[in-house]
Amino acid sequence: MTSKAVFSTIRRSLTKPRGGAVSRGHHLSTSAATASESYASDEHAILMKGVRISGRPLYLDMQSTTPLDPRVFDAMNASSIYDYGNPHSRTHLYGWEAENAVEVARIQVAKLIGASSKEIVFLSGATEANNTVVKGVMHFYKDKKRHVITTQTEHKCVLDSCRHLQQEGFEVTYLPVKTDGLVDLEMLRESIRPDTGLVSVMAVNNEIGVVQPMEEIGRICKEHKIPFHTDAAQAIGKIPVDVEKWNVSFMSMSGHKIYGPKGVGAMYVRRRPRVRLEPLMNGGGQERGLRSGTLATQQVVGFGVACELAMKEMEYDEKWIKRLQERLLNGVREKLDGVVVNGSLESRYAGNLNLSFAYVEGESLLMGLKEVAVSSGSACTSASLEPSYVLRALGVDEDMAHTSIRFGIGRFTTEEEIDKAVELTVKQVEKLREMSPLYEMVKDGIDIKNIQWSQH
Amino acid sequence: MMIRQAAKKALGLTPCQSTPLSVGIFRSYHENVIDHCDNPRNVGSFDKNDPTVGTGLVGAPACGDVMKLQIKVDEKTGQIVDARFKTFGCGSAIASSSVATEWVKGKAMEEVLTIKNTEIAKHLSLPPVKLHCSMLAEDAIKAAVKDYKEKRVKTNSA
Repeated sequence: MTSKAVFSTIRRSLTKPRGGAVSRGHHLSTSAATASESYASDEHAILMKGVRISGRPLYLDMQSTTPLDPRVFDAMNASSIYDYGNPHSRTHLYGWEAENAVEVARIQVAKLIGASSKEIVFLSGATEANNTVVKGVMHFYKDKKRHVITTQTEHKCVLDSCRHLQQEGFEVTYLPVKTDGLVDLEMLRESIRPDTGLVSVMAVNNEIGVVQPMEEIGRICKEHKIPFHTDAAQAIGKIPVDVEKWNVSFMSMSGHKIYGPKGVGAMYVRRRPRVRLEPLMNGGGQERGLRSGTLATQQVVGFGVACELAMKEMEYDEKWIKRLQERLLNGVREKLDGVVVNGSLESRYAGNLNLSFAYVEGESLLMGLKEVAVSSGSACTSASLEPSYVLRALGVDEDMAHTSIRFGIGRFTTEEEIDKAVELTVKQVEKLREMSPLYEMVKDGIDIKNIQWSQH
Repeated sequence: MMIRQAAKKALGLTPCQSTPLSVGIFRSYHENVIDHCDNPRNVGSFDKNDPTVGTGLVGAPACGDVMKLQIKVDEKTGQIVDARFKTFGCGSAIASSSVATEWVKGKAMEEVLTIKNTEIAKHLSLPPVKLHCSMLAEDAIKAAVKDYKEKRVKTNSA
């Protein structure tokens, strides 16, 4: 009798469609929220920060972070409970087991990038890796090398570390990029000086998704014998990465961009030819003395599993994501004109689609797209009123720089999500264009660029 | 019955109490702003060449904000009978201009010149970083009134 009651409840729960506003069990189910106008009677509606949405939004922001792959979670779960020993404890079984788990992860990460496991250093993320390399390398060679070359589209942590170096007296060249987002190799060659200590170019840009010509840059650096660092946080597990082909001396990697946990990353430091760097974290000398501190075993294990999965599934993911990207782009282009893709369409990672919609402002578009989780390169979404520095480096017109939206597609994105996102985006852009004086002027045949605007 | 309830709880099927989620201060839209963005009032255009219409175009695409505010004035009484707006800008800019069109309707031209951006900002609870949107709305009203007056002078002297 009692078991019947229990079983009938279980059965009902499995067949009933689950809604649920803030219940934890529904993270992966992005039940497409219907953009209905009246939310008053919707008991699943979420009200947060003054915005009311009728369900969890579609997650299309894979560049900012990715959801945890359930297989990674399984590995981390087990490791958290069982591998609780300190991996640096040499004297007992608990330490040895934890160290084993870390070494397995090290091999998994190394395999993904074509390196030896002895060249991998674990730390807290790509930001820490970037900081360690940029500052560490220059501090080590500060007597002979005083110059760093990087690009204008690097991640903020690299640019800020370079700014810090400038304050210490080093010189930094920020290379401009072409309108398709790629580095001009001739300019790179010209900026190299005898005292250049480091070249840092990110492999895949987080905002616009362009893939830099890594092999050519690596060749130039090898010619001039300059260490080549790349921030590959958005690249590993997504495009084929090989430290030998690219001739990189340092590489930064991040866990939470490849369906792994947050709070962990790795740094590749080449052993042949040996490159030296000063550690940022001093202490017990863990991680070859380059990063002291006890490793978070379960985070590292999670990162390793994520890398292994990424290596196995890279080809399949690429096909799936490319298909979804085309579906998204074609879907939007069919219904709307004035859609511009920011950055090269050929040399690009498919999962990052940065679009500008002419005559429509980014923040108002985002506000209307509250049922789609995306991000924008518009001024209003940053704390200052400046549009994204990456878009400005591309030479995008000021008015277009305010209108960009970044769609991030990933392993778990479904076709229905893409279709719904297309539908919502088209609807919102059309509505905003109706409201836009610029669109009206263009329709009337007035050239916007010739108008004298009254600035405020 | 009790077993059923216990099973339900175990499976997490009891309705979740709405936990007080801490709302961050930054990026919190006031419901008035959301309302004006989702249901903007008075979007549209009048004929620019109509002598009873005054058009104010302020802002610049480079700054990310352009507002066009048009007023239709009753020639005999000098009252604004209708208003329309079109805006290229963020949510706060759209809301500010929408509010502006609502407030100018039915008022005399001299009266609308006294509408201050601080009032618009207060009505929408704009954060400091968005105050320039309300400033632009105030400028748009003034520009529309000025344009109408200049037109009348032209038609009177013609």
